Amino acid sequence: MTSANSAQTEGPSPYPSAASLEFQHVGKRYPGAVRAAIEDLSFEVPAGEICVLVGPSGCGKTTAMRLVNRMIDLTAGDILLDGVSVTRRKPAELRREIGYVIQQIGLFPHQTIAQNIATVPKLLGWDKQRTTARVQELLTLVSLDAEMGERYPGELSGGQRQRVGVARALAADPPLMLMDEPFGAIDPINRARLQDELLRLQAEIRKTIVFVTHDIDEAIKMGDRIAIMREGGHLAQYATPDVLLADPADEFVARFVGADRGLKRLTLSAIKDIQLLDGLTARVGEPAAEARERAARHGSDELVLIDGGEQPIGRLPVARLDGKPVAVEDAEPLAATARRQTSLHDALSLVVADGNRPLVVVDDDGRLAGLVDLKLISDALQTRR
Amino acid sequence: MASGPVIPDFGRGSSCVRDNGLFCWGWVKQNWSDTLQPALLQHILLTAVAVVIGTAIAFTLALAAHRRGWIATPVVLVTGLLYTIPSLALFQLLVPLTGLTRTTAEIALVSYTLLILFRNMLAGLSGVPGEVKDAARGMGMTERQLLWKVELPLALPAVVAGLRIATVTVISLATVAVFVVDEGLGAPIYSALQQTFKTEMIAAGALCVALALLADFLLVLLQRALSPWMRVARA
Repeated sequence: MTSANSAQTEGPSPYPSAASLEFQHVGKRYPGAVRAAIEDLSFEVPAGEICVLVGPSGCGKTTAMRLVNRMIDLTAGDILLDGVSVTRRKPAELRREIGYVIQQIGLFPHQTIAQNIATVPKLLGWDKQRTTARVQELLTLVSLDAEMGERYPGELSGGQRQRVGVARALAADPPLMLMDEPFGAIDPINRARLQDELLRLQAEIRKTIVFVTHDIDEAIKMGDRIAIMREGGHLAQYATPDVLLADPADEFVARFVGADRGLKRLTLSAIKDIQLLDGLTARVGEPAAEARERAARHGSDELVLIDGGEQPIGRLPVARLDGKPVAVEDAEPLAATARRQTSLHDALSLVVADGNRPLVVVDDDGRLAGLVDLKLISDALQTRR
Repeated sequence: MASGPVIPDFGRGSSCVRDNGLFCWGWVKQNWSDTLQPALLQHILLTAVAVVIGTAIAFTLALAAHRRGWIATPVVLVTGLLYTIPSLALFQLLVPLTGLTRTTAEIALVSYTLLILFRNMLAGLSGVPGEVKDAARGMGMTERQLLWKVELPLALPAVVAGLRIATVTVISLATVAVFVVDEGLGAPIYSALQQTFKTEMIAAGALCVALALLADFLLVLLQRALSPWMRVARA
């Protein structure tokens, strides 16, 4: 997947807007150490994808990430950025072309937010006008007010500071971003929000991103590909989240992704990915016999009552149909409705919570889209691959 | 022979001076331009030269120690030793080497600033959070850029804190320099010690205190101007 982002066409970077990254038999052994920190690590990240390095602490995932921008120098093998070995570049120059985000963020407390974001453009010698314009663009991109640029990091909340960290890393439009547990120190609600924002941002900017985390759920949510690492820097499995969950390579991976990997797979797809049940509807005012006959044809003992605008009103048990035309009073209120973008995981949760009755799905305009039942969800797990 | 006055002639002094009052404004006004003002200016110069030279030496040593940690211990040892030598003794020890000169006075004064300045500079530099340095390097700053753009600005509050203590210390100690060179506010204090008339000593002493307070205040202003980020509330 190569990006069509054109922001990189100006400027001195030799890379396109997103670069491929390749680990070739990479090793790192510290002098005097008995065991290598990383031994023979090979994998490839296509341009524009998010690759998550995940594993238990001490597995070498952060070390592997820091080898890319030469914060640590490798001792064996090679790392190619867009086909060029990183060892052939001067470390400082290389790093200016690679976005760098760490868990503690490391904003400069003595500089304003705008100055912080302008760090790499200044190092690259951009003129003032271009830098200022870029800072404003980035503040907007990460959903911060323009006036925030004049504040100091000490005045911001943790979530805001992490947004600034991401903006600062993106400042010179690098073809590769390294993110080391970027949301690890953020509370769960804000973490989910920042993850969503990064995914939304990524849909727009299409960078190659190496994302380090120890949280498998975060890895599944963020990664186009996941590299599961085990102690000693060994690669246990490198696959898309779906393959990883459906087909773990070994016992270690299976244990790491968790016994609930089936449920986790359901987070990967949404209601819009499956064929919904339809036809199980009744309209206000139609003859009871017609509704009763339709339910019988589908083998169901209830229908969804909709109004003239196709909006669902409630559940209509067939037993309540007593010969008179279908009326609003016959319906029971809906416990919940889902949208097409609701994940199958959440859909399953809603179905189970509502006594295994089919879940009503509505479109963005509130009109009935169809129904999801347990069988559809479990079928999705069998067929998708 | 016994015809002349026994009491020495103090000239046409004011009644305050004639009565040997504790503090005589009239005397201060009368002697401002030819005694107190020159002494004050000399004192400021003595202090400024000592602090500037001391800062330059301490800065060089602190940068060296910041890069190579092992340097810190011997520097603290030597400057600490200098700091403990009684000032009067140090001035006298230096006289055989550099004579009764301003240089002698400055060497002694400088040596008292080193420990304070060095320790504060080093503390300021090593107090820079690791993640800030990691981010700076990770974004492609060279070691030199890291030092000048990140570490030194962040160390500034600690550096100025050291500068304040050193300056106030030197202003006070510079009065003792009168034992080697007849300059500064120590001169009127010393001459007043040998008479019963106290105004000269009180005036010079008060000027010394005022100078110390003023210098401290100016340094606080300087620090606030140079590190506006220190005033924002920590979130």
